[in-house]
This record gives sequence, structure tokens and C-alpha cells, in this order.
Amino acid sequence: MRAKAWSDRGRVGGRRRFVALMRKESYQILRDPSSILIAFVLPMILLFLFGYGVSLDTTRTRISLVVEEETPLTRDLAASFTASRYFAVTQGRDRREFDDDLALGRVRGIVVVPATFAADHAAARHPAVQVIVDGSEPNTASFVQNYAQAAAANWERQRSSEGKARPPAIAVEQRFWFNPQLTSRNFLVPGSIAIVMTLVGTLLTSLVVAREWERGTMEAMMATPVTAAELLTGKLLPYFILGLASMTLCVLLAVFLFGVPFRGSVTALYVLSASFLMPALGQGLLISAATKNQFLASQLALISGFLPSFLLSGFLFEINSMPTVIQWITYVVPARYLIPSLQTVFLAGDIWPMFGRAIAVMLAIGSIFFLLAARSTRKRIG
Amino acid sequence: MSAAGVDSAPFVRLTAVTKRFGRAPPALDGIEGIVRGGRITGLVGPDGAGKTTLIRLMTGLMLPDEGTVEVLGYDTRRQPAAIQAAVGYMPQRFGLYEDLSVQENLELYADLRGLAKGERDRTFAELLQFTDLARFTTRLAGKLSGGMKQKLGLACALLRKPQLLLLDEPGVGVDPISRRDLWRMVENLTEEGIGVIWSTAYLEEAEACDHVFLLNQGRLLFSGPPREMTARVEDRVFRLSGTDGRRRHRLARLLEREGVVDGVIQGEAIRLVMKPGVTPPLGEDESVASSRTAATPPRFEDAFIDMLGGGPGGRSKLAETQRSFAVGDGKPVIEARGLTKRFGDFTAAADITFDIPRGEIFGLLGPNGAGKSTTFKMLCGLLKPSAGEGRVAGFDLRRDAPEARNRLGYMAQKFSLYGDLSVIQNLNFFAGVYGLSGITKRERIELMKEIFDFRPILDLSAKDLPLGLKQRLALACAVLHEPEVLFLDEPTSGVDPITRREFWTHINGLVEKGVTVLVTTHFMDEAEYCDRISLIYRGRSIALGSPDEMKSRIVREDLPDPTMEDAFIALIGASEAEEAA
Repeated sequence: MRAKAWSDRGRVGGRRRFVALMRKESYQILRDPSSILIAFVLPMILLFLFGYGVSLDTTRTRISLVVEEETPLTRDLAASFTASRYFAVTQGRDRREFDDDLALGRVRGIVVVPATFAADHAAARHPAVQVIVDGSEPNTASFVQNYAQAAAANWERQRSSEGKARPPAIAVEQRFWFNPQLTSRNFLVPGSIAIVMTLVGTLLTSLVVAREWERGTMEAMMATPVTAAELLTGKLLPYFILGLASMTLCVLLAVFLFGVPFRGSVTALYVLSASFLMPALGQGLLISAATKNQFLASQLALISGFLPSFLLSGFLFEINSMPTVIQWITYVVPARYLIPSLQTVFLAGDIWPMFGRAIAVMLAIGSIFFLLAARSTRKRIG
Repeated sequence: MSAAGVDSAPFVRLTAVTKRFGRAPPALDGIEGIVRGGRITGLVGPDGAGKTTLIRLMTGLMLPDEGTVEVLGYDTRRQPAAIQAAVGYMPQRFGLYEDLSVQENLELYADLRGLAKGERDRTFAELLQFTDLARFTTRLAGKLSGGMKQKLGLACALLRKPQLLLLDEPGVGVDPISRRDLWRMVENLTEEGIGVIWSTAYLEEAEACDHVFLLNQGRLLFSGPPREMTARVEDRVFRLSGTDGRRRHRLARLLEREGVVDGVIQGEAIRLVMKPGVTPPLGEDESVASSRTAATPPRFEDAFIDMLGGGPGGRSKLAETQRSFAVGDGKPVIEARGLTKRFGDFTAAADITFDIPRGEIFGLLGPNGAGKSTTFKMLCGLLKPSAGEGRVAGFDLRRDAPEARNRLGYMAQKFSLYGDLSVIQNLNFFAGVYGLSGITKRERIELMKEIFDFRPILDLSAKDLPLGLKQRLALACAVLHEPEVLFLDEPTSGVDPITRREFWTHINGLVEKGVTVLVTTHFMDEAEYCDRISLIYRGRSIALGSPDEMKSRIVREDLPDPTMEDAFIALIGASEAEEAA
């Protein structure tokens, strides 16, 4: 009889306890500057970094252009380099003028239009343009090389289309690294939203739960009639909402400040984000339950949550070009599923078959984290 | 104590309770006992005795490895939820949310404990009045003083009146007035039939309990009313007064005698516990003609030491090998002149002034947060005073470091050891820090190994040592370089009484050799070992003098033999009255 009285009280009291926990958590979020920092300020910094600072497009690489013999033809070719939005060109007559510049890194490459160019061109003898690059910076070197080739090819194509029908004469293989129509910002900003949600979901959550262990409030909570489930959901729901709020802020910035197109639906955006927050929160919870220490929790959250989202999700580095073993690891990184979906929502539109798969996998990873976390957060402290 | 409480079913029944953590010796070993309602049961013992573990077992948050814990008729293994609904628990750090106001903390716990909406206003009003927090309902819990936090913690544990109230070290570091208030509140609760468990490392608190469980290293040494405990040393405790300022020397000699179980300095006097049937050896001591001996009521601590087989001897090998410092010139070794420290608009220490002559033990006594450590740090040169100046051995430590610092040994609160270094690595490290090298370094370290018996534990990590050994190691590290000044920050709070005796034997010996000691403590007993003390309260020194002077200031007819705590409380009252006037 007594036991029944308890369980009745439990059901009625459960909702109140839950609301009380939620209210407590919300007060704490609002009063603790560090949660505001992580949920709103840090995301903005990240977004600005990726929106303005980091760009994978090469705009205005400094090069020197050496035209050894001025002819209308070479002048025309030189103009097509000067006009390119990828190059800032210094022009000269002799390569030796620029040797030092290249060595000192003042220019990234030298493009030489040899004295024989016009003659070779006229004779359709595969005229060559020489590109000299600094091999110690291989990335920049290949940028210069490829863009120089592209510029030359463009020039050739233009000349052909102007009716002076000639066989394609300059030996270039056209290969763009980046679609010139799409700036990388449009890819990076949606991707960084996933990073932001990892910050809120995993880092912030693991910190606040670990703090409760450190300050002894977790112990005091557990000694009340509150159940473990109430304790966990009361803790997670506010951070779930905070994560979505932080995401919303990022999306608004992305669309209205950075002009990233948004072609999908808001529903898809929220469903995807909510699904992603499950594994993110679960991971944060698991980390804090296992460490019970803010310092360890933050380190673990950064290494197991933030860095994989950054490096192993296809956000910055192409997954296909990773070593096979690393590629396997990426399958358990939830951000790997969210980022392409978000990019699709922004740039292409709703492609539900793709989203469905991503959502299913994220929820599956999330439930594994939650199972593990629940096992270590029973109402026991030792 | 109500008769019903004794006859009714026990509130807690412990049957052969054993709890282990890892491979260490059991934290609790075969504990048996019964806790009844309507009274205060003290869970008494030094840090690491197993008090917190036992309380956690009673909440059902932790399960015993062997044996059973039954609370209010429920088994903690099978029905923890029922227990948690009927038990109020205040963990060591009070379990308060510092970002929440007093009112919000109360509301949170009221909801969690299922206090009906209708009862709420009345209960809050009652508890706020009971705890005297009504004026502070909108203040954030993090901004409350230690004593106020503790009362709020208690209030939160009392919402929905529990049948059993578990308080884990509620008195630690709290000023004596708040501690006394709290005790009174808890006593009121027992009158309503509530069972209270009060855990403490202060042995004087044990004397006030109705029933005591005395724990030491996980074992139950004693269970019963405290007077049963003190009865074992009845008529064996004496006070020797009139020792002409040579009391430390005399105590050291007395402790070496057959028949003396224990002895400590108590102000100007010596307190002795003798073996049964042995009278204090007054007549034999030719050096002090004016000594007087009087029997004195036994204390819980006397009985505890007796039960542990008596204290250590009075010889300090450390002091014997230490060089002497001439007491001669009469100039103060430590000077504080109007030391003041402000943090923003908060004054942590205001106009602290004192002189300490060579070979004196001077104590800064006060609750946590009173400004003791701030004063301490200003003297050590770790903190820049906002006003005033401090000098140690003639140096201003802010300017004249590090030569001056080499004359100083510092033992910080909570033992300033590197936990991941082994015992020998700690010794080597501190020897290096203090600039010892070559033969001197080797000799001093060998000596410490010898004196403190470190040889069997040289390769253990400091963090794995029991508290008593840590404390020994911390002392060894602080005196490696034979400093002429020793700074001790809360050196023995929570340490078992035998280790505490040993510690003070060394300190007394060093002081005899002319070492000057500054000690901070919130431990009233420890204050009695000092030559002079300064009472620090809310950043100000409210009284300065010898412990006996302080006590004699408040002697009244109804209080002929006041304790240090009585003195502290009365002096705080007087200073507040003065301020108000």
C-alpha cells in the first residue's frame, strides 16, 4: 500500500519535478556568461571566420607576366591574364627581373610568353607558355599552374569563337579546382553550422553536467525523489533548445549577412538539426558522466567531438581522399551525415531520400550514446 | 530525548557494512549499528575515516559491498526511491545552485521533493524565519557567506519535513556563531521526532551529540552516548598551571614519562591524561616550584587518544637536529602594519596589525572567508597589500625575495604536495626549490626519512598516502631548509588526533629552538597551542592576546571555565555591539 502511494505521488510529482529542473537549467543558462559565450558568441566568431576569413577560392594571386616580344597576339594573351579575377599581374620583358620576387615570395609564380609564341601560333606549332612556380609551396604552385592553364585555354577558346577558326592550338588540359560560379563560402557556412551545434551539444553539455558533479549539486539532486530519467531529460532539453537557437542564429547570419542561398525548407533544416543534436547531446552526457570533471570533460569533448566534426566530416577535407582506415572512422562521426545534408538544404533544396538516410544514422548513433550514458548515470555515485 | 524515540523501530540499521574502493583498505569495515529517531547521532572521526561514505550508503546513492543498510525500514538496495522520498540530505558543499537565488533554490527543492503548492508559502516562511534568511531571498546563493549557505542547505533539506536528516560535515569552516545556531535548529528538529545524523571531524562537537559513532580508518571504534566514552578517562585528566612560560619544554618531558597517556598545551597550562591510578608527576619536577595541578573534566578527544593507545612521545627528533636561532635581540620576526587588502569594493582584510617575537607561535583564528589566508598571503609576499606593509625576518617579501623566502618554510592549506610525485621525488623537489644541493641536500633528506619514517613509503605517490602521512610529508618538505620562520595554513584540520599530537610535538620543539611560527586555523583547539592569537572576523582583527586572556575576558558566574569557542562568540558579539553603537 505504501509503495502504491509512492508511485502515485511519483506520477503527479514527475511533471512538476521536470518543470522545476527545466526552469533551474534555464536560469543557469541565462545567468552564466560562459553558456551564452559558447552558444552565441563562439558560433558567431566561427561563422565570421568561415564567412570572411577562410576561403578556399584563390582570388588575386600575385604573379609576374613576362612577355618577351610584344605583338598584338601576345598583348591580347597578356590582357586575358591581367583581366583574370584570379591574378594580380605585374608585367615585364625579361624573366630575370622577377627571379628575386619569386624567391622572396613577393609573387607566387612567373608566366613567360616566349619570343617564339607569336610565330609558333601563326604556324600552329603548339605554342607554349612557360609557368614557373615556387615548388616549396605545392598548393599555391598548383593553383597558379592550373589557373594559368585555364586562363590560356579561355583565351584560346575566345579567339576561336570570334570566328578565326583554327584548331585548338595551345596544349592545355582544362581542370578547375573550384567551380567558379560557387564560392567556397556557400559550402563552408552551412558546414560550420554543424560545428556550432557540436559546440553547444557536446562541449557545453559535458561541461555543465560535469560542473554539477564537481559542485556536489548532482549528489544533492540524486538524494531527492527525482528519477534518473527526469534528471537527464531536464538537463538535456534546455540544451537541445539552446542548440537549435544557436543554429537559428547561424542560419539567419548565413542567409542575410553572407548571402548564402537557402533553397530547401525550414522543416528540413530543423528536422536535420534536431536529429544531429541527439548524438551530440548524448556524447556530451556520456563524457561528463564518465569524467565528472570539467577539465577532462572539455578536453574529451574537444578531441572526440569538435575535432572529428571539423576534420573527419568532409567539412574541410574530402572524405574520399582520406586513407581507408580513416574513412571507416568517419562513419561514426555524426557531422559527416549532417554537413552534406545541410549543404543540400542551403544550395540545392530538399532531397528527402538523402536526408532520411542521414537522419536514421544520426538517430542510431545518438541512441547508442544515450544507452551508454544512461548506464553510467543511474542514481548511484560510486 | 523522547522515550518514544528509543522504543520505536530504528531509523537506520547497519548490518556488517563493508565498502571498498579499488584495492585500498576498505573505506568501511564491518560496521554495525542502529540510529534512532528523536536525537542527534554524531558520526565522528578524522578525514578519511569513512563518514561521508557511510552517509552516502544511507541515502541509497551508494551500495555496500557486503552487509545491508536499512533506512526507515527500507533496504537501500531494493527501495532507494522510498528512502530518498523520506530522507533529507545535505552533502558537504550544501548542494546549492550558486547561480540561483535563495528563493529559487528553495522552489527547486520544493518541486523536487513534491511539496504541495498549498503548503509552500507557509513552509517557506517558516524555514526562512527559522534560518534567518528572510532578508536575503533574492540574493544569489553563490553570494551568501559560508554560514548562510549552510543554513540555506539545511532549509532545502528540510522542505517536506524529512523523517531522517543526514548532514555531512555541516560545521566545517563555518563561523562558530552560525555553527551554534545550526546546532540549535537541529536540536529543535529532534524534539519533533526527526532523526538527525551529523558528521564531523571536530571532536568537541561529538560531546554535544546524544549518541556517537566514532570511526577511524573505516572501523567503528565506539558506539554509544559520548559520556560513556569520556567515562573511560574519568578522574585521569589534569591541568597543570603555573609553568612559567616553559610549558612546551615541560610538556615534552612529561610526555616521555611512563604513566602519561596524552598531553597538550592549553593556553598557559598543560592538559594531561594519565594512566589509571597514576597521579600527575608534579612533585618530581624540581624545575618548576610554582606548578599547580587540578583535576579537570575529561573531553571526548582525551578518551579517543586513550582508546587509540595514547599519544606519541614528547621528543621531536626534528627539533633536536635543528639549528637554534638566538632569541636575543627582542626585535619582532614577523611584523604586520595596517595590512589591508581590497578586492573591488570588498575588503578582505582591514588594518591588520601585530608583531611576533622570535620563538613564538602566533595564531590567526577565524572562520573560512574571514581574511586569514589573505593576511597570510600578504605576509608571504604572494599578494600585494592595498595598504600597510608586512615584514618577515626584517624583509619585505614582495621586494626582497628570494633570499628572504629561503628563511621561510610554508605549509599551505590542503598540503602543498605534488600528488603525482612519489614521496622521495617530493623531498628532492622541495630541497631543490629551497636551494639545497650536494651533501647538505642528501643529509637533510636522509634525516627526514629517518625522523618521519618515510623509508617504507618512498616510492608511493603522495596522492595515495593516507591523510596523516601526507601531512607529515608536507611538514618535512616545509622544514627541509631549516627555516627560521614557519607559516602553517590550516595545518591539522581533519587530521586524526595522534598525527596532530605528533605534528605539534615537532612544532613545539622547533619553537623551543627559536623558530617563529605563524599559523592560521578555524580549529578552536589548535588556537590553544598558540602563545598569542588574533581573532579575525569579517576581515578585521577583533581581539589580540593570549588564549587565556581571551577566555578570562568573558568569564562570568554562569561560565566559569569558558572554551575558546565561547570566547570567540562573545568577542564577536562585543565587536558587533561596538560597531552598532
